[in-house]
Amino acid sequence: MQGLELKLKERLQKLLDDGTVDCVIGWTKGEFIYDVTPAIFTKESGLDGFVYNSFCGANLSKYLVSQITSDKKFAVILKPCDTYSMNQLITEHRVNRENIYIIGVGCSGHIDIDKVKAQGVSGITNVIDNDNNIIINSIYGDSKIEKASVLLSKCQSCKGSELKISDEIIGEGIKTPTCDERFDGVKKLEAMTAEERFAFWKSELSKCIRCNACRNICPACTCRTCVFDNARSNVAAKANATEFEEKMFHIIRAFHVAGRCTDCGECSRVCPQSIPLHLLNRKFIKDINEFYGDYQAGEESNQRNPLVNFTESDIEATVISDKEGK
Amino acid sequence: MKKLALSNLNSLYNAINDKMKLYLPIENNGAVNFGEYSDGANVNLNKMTIKSAKDAFFPQCEDLSNFKKEGKHIIVEQGELVSENFVIFGVRACDVRAFHILDTVFLEGYLDTFYEARRKHGIVISLSCNKPEESCFCSNFGIDPAEPKGDVESYITDGYMYFNPVTQKGAEFMAQFDSLFENSDDKAVKELQVKIGDIVGKLPLSNLPLNEFGGDKLDALFNRPEWQGLSESCIGCGTCTYVCPTCQCYDVKDYKTNTGVKRFRCWDSCMRKDFTMMAHGTNRPSHLQRFRQRFMHKLVYHPANHNGEFSCVGCGRCVAKCPVSMNIVKVMKTLGGNK
Repeated sequence: MQGLELKLKERLQKLLDDGTVDCVIGWTKGEFIYDVTPAIFTKESGLDGFVYNSFCGANLSKYLVSQITSDKKFAVILKPCDTYSMNQLITEHRVNRENIYIIGVGCSGHIDIDKVKAQGVSGITNVIDNDNNIIINSIYGDSKIEKASVLLSKCQSCKGSELKISDEIIGEGIKTPTCDERFDGVKKLEAMTAEERFAFWKSELSKCIRCNACRNICPACTCRTCVFDNARSNVAAKANATEFEEKMFHIIRAFHVAGRCTDCGECSRVCPQSIPLHLLNRKFIKDINEFYGDYQAGEESNQRNPLVNFTESDIEATVISDKEGK
Repeated sequence: MKKLALSNLNSLYNAINDKMKLYLPIENNGAVNFGEYSDGANVNLNKMTIKSAKDAFFPQCEDLSNFKKEGKHIIVEQGELVSENFVIFGVRACDVRAFHILDTVFLEGYLDTFYEARRKHGIVISLSCNKPEESCFCSNFGIDPAEPKGDVESYITDGYMYFNPVTQKGAEFMAQFDSLFENSDDKAVKELQVKIGDIVGKLPLSNLPLNEFGGDKLDALFNRPEWQGLSESCIGCGTCTYVCPTCQCYDVKDYKTNTGVKRFRCWDSCMRKDFTMMAHGTNRPSHLQRFRQRFMHKLVYHPANHNGEFSCVGCGRCVAKCPVSMNIVKVMKTLGGNK
């Protein structure tokens, strides 16, 4: 990974120097090895502090949305799964492709520090990634963990190593060996009775603190003023005043991104309460696949998603009763 | 000092719960948060809670009043004040200090009666931090995780939980459950405190440049160019403000019900676009301004208004939970010049 960081840094410096780009969207190092922060580097600031390591799991494509009116050119580092989001943003005219230079980076999976901590490790001072396992140094002693068990959930159901859009590629990637079949979690929920399913979501969503992290990180959530932020909408809320609101927020959001969600997994990654929000979106994806044929949002730019593309063979509304609510 | 075998903790929880409401860290689907105890609850005292203990005295959402129409009159019903004692159990030293910071806001000057009622009836049982995490930095603010304060201090070591009343309120509370406890000396607790002290000495974030911040640093910090880069990383969600034990801004809202109007308040966040929105608009139209507000409040405005005290307790929740790992430590190190 250090070799890759060096290659990226060298190439990005060149792009800044020769004027191909004015800015770079990448990561800057933190206090620990794992708390890397997405950051915008400029020619003036240079690439001081630039880092690329096993903890750069965040999807950087959304950082380009706020730059849509900028006349600057941006280099952005995208992993294979992030490129789906970029395609989708291009499709929706939420980014200015002409001003973006995409460095596709080979990927072999990123680590979720919360999963490391969930295995009882705390006081972490360093993490060494040895591909199959990771060594953790901590003020309470060292430990060794199998890497596959602490990969980000999105990596555990990796979409593959192919970059769907890029201007150049640095580093080779491999498809992370999947531990989970993509729709296993959804199938488990579908197999429940309606009461069990309701109880599952009630319990999970009761943890929600309405921080909006899922919405703000989501590359499909790009409304300039979200309905939940619009004081005149009469549904704006900053807290879950009732149980109904706990569910409403997430379900409305899932409906709104249906057909556009690329399943990048950022919502679940950032949830401070570890609510498996991606399961809501995956249910929609699974249904869309079953109703209209396999469809992957962001597979390419300028696709028409089945929900906004009428054909005579479209499914009839009776499917709701046919499927008995599942 | 009194002690109780850890295997008997449930009997203490049940005994308290018979007399009054008991709030303590409960694990639900892998997430540990303060919640109301009921028999069989999955109590977890080992993990730092995701949200702080702030809800006990300043809940995320609470009703202030109801407006009802009766004929040609509008009846205003005041929201109910808490009038019964309750216990908040297993509060870490950082969260206990945070209660003090909330007190300076809600009890000094303008009196917040809802907060005051809860504070009056709440009994705080604190718990020492036996395994501080790398994200902890409470010692910067003079907080000792081995001396958690509150009404009763507690410690877990050697298969026992030790209890030491700190206040009169705490002593009265202990007396109610005296039959459950054994008398003990403080040898085991003293040993534990030494151990914790050693760990605190090794924590990586214990030397923050506090001298660069304070009530007199407004002009020096407000227009620093570094705010630009720092705020560009922030995605503007409210995670840091909602997991924070000292963030105390709230919004008052009206909600139309079938029979009238309910007025409630809920936590607000300076990260939100409509934060302190007024008729003329908002004071902070840019993301940079909203981002800056949070840190200036903690490190400059609060100390300026409250005898120099910072309104951060170093609990490290924002460090652990920010979706993009942008946090007060990075802000302080960047502006404080030792990054």
